[in-house]
Amino acid sequence: MKVIVAGCGKIGVSIAADLVAEGHDVTVLDSDADIITDVTNVHDVMAICGNAVDCETLEEADVEDADMFVAATGSDELNMLSCFLAKRMGAGHTIARIRNPEYNDKSLNFMCSQLELSMPINPDLLTALELFNILRLPSAVRRESFSRRRFEVVELILDEESGLNGMNLIKMRESFKANYLVCTVRRGDKLYIPYGSFKLRAGDKIGLIAAPSEVLKLLKLLGVLKKQADSVMILGGSRTAYYLAKLCEDAGMSVRIIERSPERCAELSFLLPKSVIINGDGTEQEVLLEEGLAETDAFAALTGQDEENILVSLFAKSHKVPTVISKVNREEMASLAGKIGLDRVITPKSLTTGILVRYARALENSKGSNVETLYKMMDGMAEALEFKVGADFPMIGVPIKDIRFKKNVLIAGILRDRKTIIPSGDDAMLADDRVIIVTAQQYFNDLSDILER
Amino acid sequence: MNRRMVFYMIGQLVKAEAVLLLLPLAVSVIYGESCVVPFAVTVLAAIAIGFAFTLISRPRSKVIFAREGFVIVAASWLLMSVIGAMPFVISREIPNFFDAFFETVSGFTTTGASVVTNLDALSKGVLFWRSFTHWVGGMGVLVFIMAVVPSSADRSIHIMKAEVPGPIVGKLVPRVRQTARILYLIYIGLTLLQTTLLLCGGMNLFESLIHAFGTAGTGGFGVKADSIASYSPYIQWVITVFMLIFGVNFNLYYFLLLRRFRTVFKSGELWTYLGIYLVAVTVVAVNIYGIYGNVGECIRLSAFQVSSISTTTGFATADFNNWPDLSKAVLFVVMFTGGMAGSTAGGLKTSRIVLLFKSIKREFSRMLHPRSVSVVKFEGKPVDDVTLHSVGTYFSLYIGVFIGIFLLVAVDNFDFETSISAVAACINNIGPGFGAVGPMGSYAGFSAFSKVVLSLAMLLGRLELYPIMITLSPSTWAKR
Repeated sequence: MKVIVAGCGKIGVSIAADLVAEGHDVTVLDSDADIITDVTNVHDVMAICGNAVDCETLEEADVEDADMFVAATGSDELNMLSCFLAKRMGAGHTIARIRNPEYNDKSLNFMCSQLELSMPINPDLLTALELFNILRLPSAVRRESFSRRRFEVVELILDEESGLNGMNLIKMRESFKANYLVCTVRRGDKLYIPYGSFKLRAGDKIGLIAAPSEVLKLLKLLGVLKKQADSVMILGGSRTAYYLAKLCEDAGMSVRIIERSPERCAELSFLLPKSVIINGDGTEQEVLLEEGLAETDAFAALTGQDEENILVSLFAKSHKVPTVISKVNREEMASLAGKIGLDRVITPKSLTTGILVRYARALENSKGSNVETLYKMMDGMAEALEFKVGADFPMIGVPIKDIRFKKNVLIAGILRDRKTIIPSGDDAMLADDRVIIVTAQQYFNDLSDILER
Repeated sequence: MNRRMVFYMIGQLVKAEAVLLLLPLAVSVIYGESCVVPFAVTVLAAIAIGFAFTLISRPRSKVIFAREGFVIVAASWLLMSVIGAMPFVISREIPNFFDAFFETVSGFTTTGASVVTNLDALSKGVLFWRSFTHWVGGMGVLVFIMAVVPSSADRSIHIMKAEVPGPIVGKLVPRVRQTARILYLIYIGLTLLQTTLLLCGGMNLFESLIHAFGTAGTGGFGVKADSIASYSPYIQWVITVFMLIFGVNFNLYYFLLLRRFRTVFKSGELWTYLGIYLVAVTVVAVNIYGIYGNVGECIRLSAFQVSSISTTTGFATADFNNWPDLSKAVLFVVMFTGGMAGSTAGGLKTSRIVLLFKSIKREFSRMLHPRSVSVVKFEGKPVDDVTLHSVGTYFSLYIGVFIGIFLLVAVDNFDFETSISAVAACINNIGPGFGAVGPMGSYAGFSAFSKVVLSLAMLLGRLELYPIMITLSPSTWAKR
């Protein structure tokens, strides 16, 4: 598929890189020649130097043949305009990054329909939603629902005291009777799709799949359920912080935001009447302690500086704050932060690219590939793919334990009519089922690709 | 440095060469010649070496950076030339190793400088291989591998940048691999077209192929001692036109295929290239009128010779050694301008000449109006200072290398004209020069030392200096 990405900022480049890895032909646009050179040296894309709202530049990029046009420059207005032009010049689907909260209200829908935008994308809002999910269910590192909320994947980290340490999966199933499946285990930098004899260890990050109604029961059973956070302290008054505070306010949590700039504080206090806005330097431990860091349920470091976020999060952790979340922009920093003990690290970039990759997959389905939807799991190391079982699938009705799959492939869930099935070896796939396949570092375009030949 | 990946890529290249060597082997079999054995031995040796390299060094990571790109290209070309020289040596048709190496490097770099004094003594298989190296080297072997082998390296653009000539390497389509394929398809298409046209002129298939290879790669190896002189005017015109065609940036042909005629029409580099050509043809034609006394013949000879020299091919239809000094001077100058960037031609490249003149003009205006700001434009786009600077540096380095090699070759004590034109003809990948190395002469008289130095000059010229110089520099190999 042909994709054009306008704007080679942090997000633009990582979108381009992910789409190239997915096998799409990507052309990037940027007005800065140096950035263009850098991008072409590192990624297998075509780069064109020019303004993304200049018709000549768009023409040079062959916009009329593009299936997907993503505008990710630093300016919302530029993004909207270039998407509009691209659409008028014949691009298939247009996606614009729109960050300004003023546009992200009721006017967004109107704007999207007028500009014929296929999808607006707001990384700040996505990040805030993700953070909010964590605050609601602090025991899980991450929680995501699939297939119109019929499945949920919960990612957990086993700490030293966890009862699961040293237990293999068969025994785990016997001891904790509920409808779930351990589908991925991350140990260090390695990812496993585990079998029954796989032994869990402290420090492992595990991915569990279950029906949404089972999740709370399961967490209770495993003894990892923590109560929902009631008070949250946010460091840095960024847009993400604003969206998060808004969500928390609406959910009845008490919010404190610490921000350095007095002007921004004034703005925030106008926008968020129920929150406490504190003007101060959050890197000063004095300020944090004075505002009750030790008593808060959750702490989120959301400044623009990765280093600052990581260090302050470590400080919060040392004061036994139950839930500490750090926003880290650079992916390589995120994995480092994980190594030094920060378990809840959020990278806005990978959230955004995940959505776009999913979108591109969905587009491609309409032309050949049979993946219905795709979800990135375990920091992008594993993927869950949803397929529809066609009538011509050779293994219809065969129990799963009798099917020979490729390595690192797991049938994690089956959706039959309105029933959610977490399959065991005796279940079988039937025609018109939807199945969720969990896989590590492999791309499948068709359900029959998962079978060992 | 990712040494494993470097060795792995070199191994891949040697394997590719083994496959390419099957063609001359087939030719030898068809003509029932005794050089079947040397080719077979070389193929086996290449397969053994190739697999040894790829099996011993399985790369842990396929990521390469600019430095690996340069080293892969330079080392590949050296090794490829050594292996390519084996059939010449084993068949005893060019018994001396240094001669054979010179001949092979001259082939791969599309120079066309020869040490063979009697072409009739060579067998058909060897003649075919000699010319086929032109065709292979013209577009670049590593680009070929990129087109054929799927995703052989991450960031393989670095290899393409090091192997494809020109100051700015642009991709045609988003994928490096697709780009490489399109370039090769255009290359193959044009070669076939020329072969057909030569066949129509009554040339036999073998010679048509040989001359099409020589023209496509802008090389210049032929089958006759007097090059193209004894062929019909029709054939001479076909070759004249095709030499010019292969000196044009291949991207323009892609735009033609896409029917983007305006982009082609507006290319400043194309017009400069044609302008230089037409001026040179006119001057030479007028200048040699005194010798031939026939307008048609003067134009034909002038058009052929200028086309041959300015695209750095090196075919000849006349012994321009006997021409007046003005004509020789013009030919000497177009030796350096060369073809367009992104073509198979050598030399400085028209785009660099254009950029050099534009920056000189800017420097002048800066002296007259010290506060003036002016942006250099090329093909309708502003050129950044880094590119301009690198063009200037390239030119200085080029002159430096030229002088250094000239001094080394001067040790052989040939006359001034021979030495300096030999160096110019080698470093610009042309082939024939003036004096003893003129179109009817050969490089056989040089010492082994000079032949090695000139071989190096050809490689430096073909790969545009940096890959070879960087590979030879110790700091590349030092562990930080």
